[in-house]
Amino acid sequence: MTDTGIALEAVEASGRGAAAMFFRNKAAVFGLALFTGIVVMSIFGPGWYGVDADDMVARPFAPPGDEFGPRLGVDYLGRDVLAGVIVGGRTTLVVGAAAAGMSMTIGLVIGGLAGYYGRWVDAILMRLTELFQVQPPLLFALVLLALFGPSSKTVALAVGLVSWPAAARLTRAEFLKIRELEFVKAARTVGASDLRIMLRTILPNAMPPLIVATALTVGLAILFEAGISFLGLSNNRVVSWGSMIGKNQFYLLDAWWTVTFPGIAIFLTVLSVILIGDGLQDAFNPKLRGR
Amino acid sequence: MLALARGIGLRLIQAFGLLIAVIVLNFILIQIAPGDAALVLAGEQGSGTPEQLARIRADYGLDRPLLIQLLSYIGNVLQLDLGQSFYFMRPVLDLIQEKLFATVLLAGTALTFALTVGVVLGVFTARRPESLASSGVTIMSVVAYALPVFWTAIMFLIVFVAKLDLLPIGGIEDPRYEGGFFGELLDTVEHLILPAFTLGLIYLAYYSRLARASMLEVLESDYIRTARAKGVGERSVVYRHALRNALIPVVTILGLQLGGLFSGALLVETVFNWPGLGRLAFESVLRRDYPLLLGLLITTTVIVIVANLLTDLVYRVIDPRIRIGGKR
Repeated sequence: MTDTGIALEAVEASGRGAAAMFFRNKAAVFGLALFTGIVVMSIFGPGWYGVDADDMVARPFAPPGDEFGPRLGVDYLGRDVLAGVIVGGRTTLVVGAAAAGMSMTIGLVIGGLAGYYGRWVDAILMRLTELFQVQPPLLFALVLLALFGPSSKTVALAVGLVSWPAAARLTRAEFLKIRELEFVKAARTVGASDLRIMLRTILPNAMPPLIVATALTVGLAILFEAGISFLGLSNNRVVSWGSMIGKNQFYLLDAWWTVTFPGIAIFLTVLSVILIGDGLQDAFNPKLRGR
Repeated sequence: MLALARGIGLRLIQAFGLLIAVIVLNFILIQIAPGDAALVLAGEQGSGTPEQLARIRADYGLDRPLLIQLLSYIGNVLQLDLGQSFYFMRPVLDLIQEKLFATVLLAGTALTFALTVGVVLGVFTARRPESLASSGVTIMSVVAYALPVFWTAIMFLIVFVAKLDLLPIGGIEDPRYEGGFFGELLDTVEHLILPAFTLGLIYLAYYSRLARASMLEVLESDYIRTARAKGVGERSVVYRHALRNALIPVVTILGLQLGGLFSGALLVETVFNWPGLGRLAFESVLRRDYPLLLGLLITTTVIVIVANLLTDLVYRVIDPRIRIGGKR
């Protein structure tokens, strides 16, 4: 058994312990159930509910509970709010996940290289990270959208591009810490390549904090996507929670339901992701509970 | 003292390098911007014959090599010349100066509110970790993080303006209002309450949790035990010995968060029609006013860099471990 193997085994063992911890945490299990429910609703909900979110189904501004209107009321064009809420999560979830994936990938590569190689590589990559970190993220994303045109793809790219510095810093710190440990030195002694050491020896041991960070990044990316759609700077032909609020905000004095329900959907989605992240944090690192 | 001076000097050089990098990045973004700047300018002058385009290119230096353009762009920005707005046909810097105060007022109020209430809550709950208030802080911090700020803003409008009719719906002042200096001050404060509270709420949650964690950690440290052992009163232990050190992480994080604060301000200003830089940025996106948009990006980025520098300096001065040149 190599040292890397022992290290991996230790990670797996702590992973099993962490899973047990996670499922004993009520808030975390609630978050996981909520998130699963939202994903299932986004995939199967529109087909099951059967109302097109773009169709006019009742007189404009029919409130919730109106005898002719649908359950959650209709908006200024007579569109079913519930249908919008059910289908509106698709864009948000896909764009949020893609942006978070991109953000974590950039962060892992930059932070990993900086932490592993240190010295001038670290100096250059950290200055680059700082360059992206000092620009106000939403404004930077808006500039990118203004330059490259609004579409779901550019929104995901822009959000990914502005949100990676935190992941890079975290990855760097973990790599810096782990590269000094005995089993990494052992791997180097037996002649493992740099790439192999980074991917097979250090990365698995850096996973716990990175998984937690991924959950938070997904939450942040969803909020960014919602904010951009709210401003009307995303793909306007697709119904999304943010754009529903943006288009209906001018009628908020007369029709509170048109802006309230999509916002609750965004809130619950981000909440579920954070609860999962918090649960993972506690499971990996029980000492920090309640902080 | 020498180590402190060298540390500060190094940070200043780094901050300046970062500033140049930001300007270069902006220049690259301008180059990528779709459309020929000469065509846009010609459109504003009413016609676009080839001769006229050539003259515009020569006038604005667009016919020079890219590197020369870059250097002159850096020179211009360092001399605070951010160019002309396509839409307003006025210097970008003037437009930014006009709106800067409103954003500083909003963000400053939000941050002050979040910091003071957050630290008080954090210290209070750190002394009673098992209390209901402590669970309250935990729940509030998760909820406030998950709330989309533009939606919270709209919900407050519905409750406090549409239903209760307590506060004005938006803007920074009521133009019809004439009530002398104090009357107008009161009017602005009334307009400020909802936007500042909305924006501050996120940071309130954040700071109260951070202050609590940091306070809990400090209260467990040896020097606090020593202070208690020699009979220092509980109030003095908490407020004179522990609080100072517990505040260090709160101060350090402050500069880093200004970028995020401005992002939040952009959304809040849009909902409340607050005439600040954020709303100007949003409108500039819709108008495709690239010089103004990039000018705003540079200005806010410089503010973040300067704030980071300041918090770093404050941190060096208040923390003796760094002042004498030790490791962080």
